[in-house]
Amino acid sequence: MTKLDRNDRLVRLGLLMIALSAISVLAIITIFIFEQGTPIMFKYGFRSFLLGRDWYPSEKSFGLLPMIVGSLLVTFGALMIGVPLGLASAIFLTEFSHRRLSRILKPVIELLAGIPSVVYGFIGLMFLVPFIRERFGGPGLSVLAASIILGIMILPTVISISIDAIRAVPDSYREGSIALGATKWQTVRLVVLPAARSGIIAGIILGMGRAIGETMAVIMVAGNAADIPGSILAPVRTLTSNIALEMAYASGEHREALFATGVILFIIIMILNTMANVTSTRQRKK
Amino acid sequence: MEAEKIRESVLARRPSAHMTRMTAVLVFILFSTILLFPACRQGRSGHSLVVAGSTSIQPFADKWAEVFMEKRPDLVVDVQGGGSSAGIQAVKTGAAQIGMSSRELKEDEQDLFQVEVARDGLAIIVHPDNPLNNLTIEQVKSIFVGEITSWETLNGQKKLITVVVREEGSGTRGAFQELVMGKSRITKKAIVQDSNGTVREIVSRDPNAIGFISLGLVNDQVKALALNGVPPSEEAILSKEYRLVRPFLFLTKEAPTGLAKEFIDFVLSPEIQELVHKEGLIPVRREQGSRV
Repeated sequence: MTKLDRNDRLVRLGLLMIALSAISVLAIITIFIFEQGTPIMFKYGFRSFLLGRDWYPSEKSFGLLPMIVGSLLVTFGALMIGVPLGLASAIFLTEFSHRRLSRILKPVIELLAGIPSVVYGFIGLMFLVPFIRERFGGPGLSVLAASIILGIMILPTVISISIDAIRAVPDSYREGSIALGATKWQTVRLVVLPAARSGIIAGIILGMGRAIGETMAVIMVAGNAADIPGSILAPVRTLTSNIALEMAYASGEHREALFATGVILFIIIMILNTMANVTSTRQRKK
Repeated sequence: MEAEKIRESVLARRPSAHMTRMTAVLVFILFSTILLFPACRQGRSGHSLVVAGSTSIQPFADKWAEVFMEKRPDLVVDVQGGGSSAGIQAVKTGAAQIGMSSRELKEDEQDLFQVEVARDGLAIIVHPDNPLNNLTIEQVKSIFVGEITSWETLNGQKKLITVVVREEGSGTRGAFQELVMGKSRITKKAIVQDSNGTVREIVSRDPNAIGFISLGLVNDQVKALALNGVPPSEEAILSKEYRLVRPFLFLTKEAPTGLAKEFIDFVLSPEIQELVHKEGLIPVRREQGSRV
């Protein structure tokens, strides 16, 4: 019996090791980014990175503020477009559409997630950018273009997680509400959505994560000017684009500054995720 | 009791025996790969030439090396990027036998032996529908600094200029900075793209755009402007009348010998210089190698 016990423990240990290895990869990446990126931040001062407005790495000027603002703006814009659309689609597919229709539409929407981001970027560059340039002015490569493309890219995440959350609301809630005389729309708005709230917020958080981390499509349609945009029609550069755009030829302090960009991106994502998690758990408690 | 004991021992032993064998095999594979790797590299390094440096030259050098290796299948020419400065450094330290630089050598780098293998020009490009044909270098500079923001004073159209540039660190941007901007900064409002191709693509689609790309990559999608009245023709580049030209240099620590000399001579041969011409670069005459 003791030998069997020992085997059991061995297996458990083995599985634990495998589980830890996944986490240790994350730890190694974190350590590597910080190890590469922080020395230069200490050298030139944390403030000059966070608040500097000039990004001229060849002149030792490493202000990341335009990129920080850019990332936040573009992510916010993507949520403004993706969340209402995604939520509306999820409500329609679960509450109002024919079962058969939603059985066709849901996999189609999930297929959207499988399209490579470079294809989104290409379509954006070919159709959206000229459209914006001709209709609204400016170069077309803009905050608006990036927000629209990212808003579409986060749709599958927002929709499919919201659908699961709404489906998880027990039918007895709906029946109770309708028995009280509420219309279908009142039921959805006042009963189903509040009950599914935490799941929907989780979907939005995941969508936000995708938007802030997306690189290729953004590089193609955002214009990448390292300046705080004056309007939504002005070009913008995000933190991720900054790294991908310049990594190829960067060396020395320029390269370290790109790792510092990674450090700041890391911190921002941590802050956003924690904020989102805290608000969603708080709301669940209410 | 007996049966249980047997089962226990079977359960306990079999996987472990199996695992030992697996581990042994794994360790063997691991060690043999570790041992094989340096062996592979050593076998090749006797006949190999490392050419490293400017990423502007790299794609061309890759092609030259390919042709060279077709003729001499026993040799390996390894072309690496890294940038002009990295290439110069690599020659100095001996990490590469030939360095590639797409800029003139600085004063403290003049101890290297240099051969110009081709010349590359920068073209200032605009949309083909733009009525403008000529700018002075001063005007180009003012546009890219961000002082001139409207086409009005240049071609009469009341449109804002869309400035398109390459990213920090790229050789093309470096050449533009050096040849046009001097110490001035390129405007922060400029749109930044990470390849000559995308700069050309954007300029070809935006009637208000202006950008710069390698002369060899100009096609009929865009219009290359004349500078100070001199169009970027081959003669004007050779005579240095057209000012936005940079050399493609091959660098060696000493006067080239052996394999390095063979490769440089090959690149300067009529066959490759014709290829250079076809690829949009400007070929050079043969007698140009010199220590400066």
